[in-house]
Amino acid sequence: MIVVLNKENMLIVKEQDVVLFRNRVKEYAVKIGMGLVNQTKLITAASELVRNMIKYASGGSILIEVVSKGRENGIRLTFRDQGPGIPNIPQAMKDGFTTGKSLGLGLPGAKRLVSEFDIKSIVGEGTTVSIIKWKNG
Amino acid sequence: MDKIPILRMGRFLLVTIQVDLYDRLALNLESDLVQMVSKTGASGVLIDISALSIVDSFMGRILGNIGSMSKIMDAETVVVGMQPAVAITLIELGLELKGVHTALNVEKGMQLLQNKMGLIAENEEETG
Repeated sequence: MIVVLNKENMLIVKEQDVVLFRNRVKEYAVKIGMGLVNQTKLITAASELVRNMIKYASGGSILIEVVSKGRENGIRLTFRDQGPGIPNIPQAMKDGFTTGKSLGLGLPGAKRLVSEFDIKSIVGEGTTVSIIKWKNG
Repeated sequence: MDKIPILRMGRFLLVTIQVDLYDRLALNLESDLVQMVSKTGASGVLIDISALSIVDSFMGRILGNIGSMSKIMDAETVVVGMQPAVAITLIELGLELKGVHTALNVEKGMQLLQNKMGLIAENEEETG
């Protein structure tokens, strides 16, 4: 069972918010004693997901949570937007697939960098992506 | 408006990225650099990313773009000072930074550029 120890909500509307958000995630990761490599993986994954949110949905909100499961602590990030949604999630999760002009590494790359990854999307309503990085995961 | 400074050092351009980049800033750097290469006729570009705590797919693509754009403008690009955690993350993300040379630090990066220039000069002498 996952217990939430601490939480904070952030609104993302412009590109500069991304830098603030990344710094905030880093602060939380340092606070729970996450190692540098895992911190970097978490922040990179977060950066990919927040970019998608700005690019495809012109922003949204992110819930940052410190979570605990048994003895393991971690950070959970939930990205919510009211964008166009993703019609074909399996396709979006494939390396190299993009509807923009990017490399198509965002979603599949982010998934590889974190411990748990969950994506839900309803076309016309929006997308929610939730990731967890365990301190030692 | 924030701007990343580009320094000219002989035949090379030197860029030290000291702030966390947002996308607009990275895109500006890309176009500024290519314009500087054209204006100064530089034969090498050295980008120091030792202060960057993350390089995501967007930043990786920008670095690759700078490499390819400089290449067709007849300049070599070397990226130096990548933090180990960043290297681990980049590979896991699926980015290999093809098209740019890399070196451990500024000194080695400069050597690499100078060697490349030296080799080109030698070849020109031989063929010319």
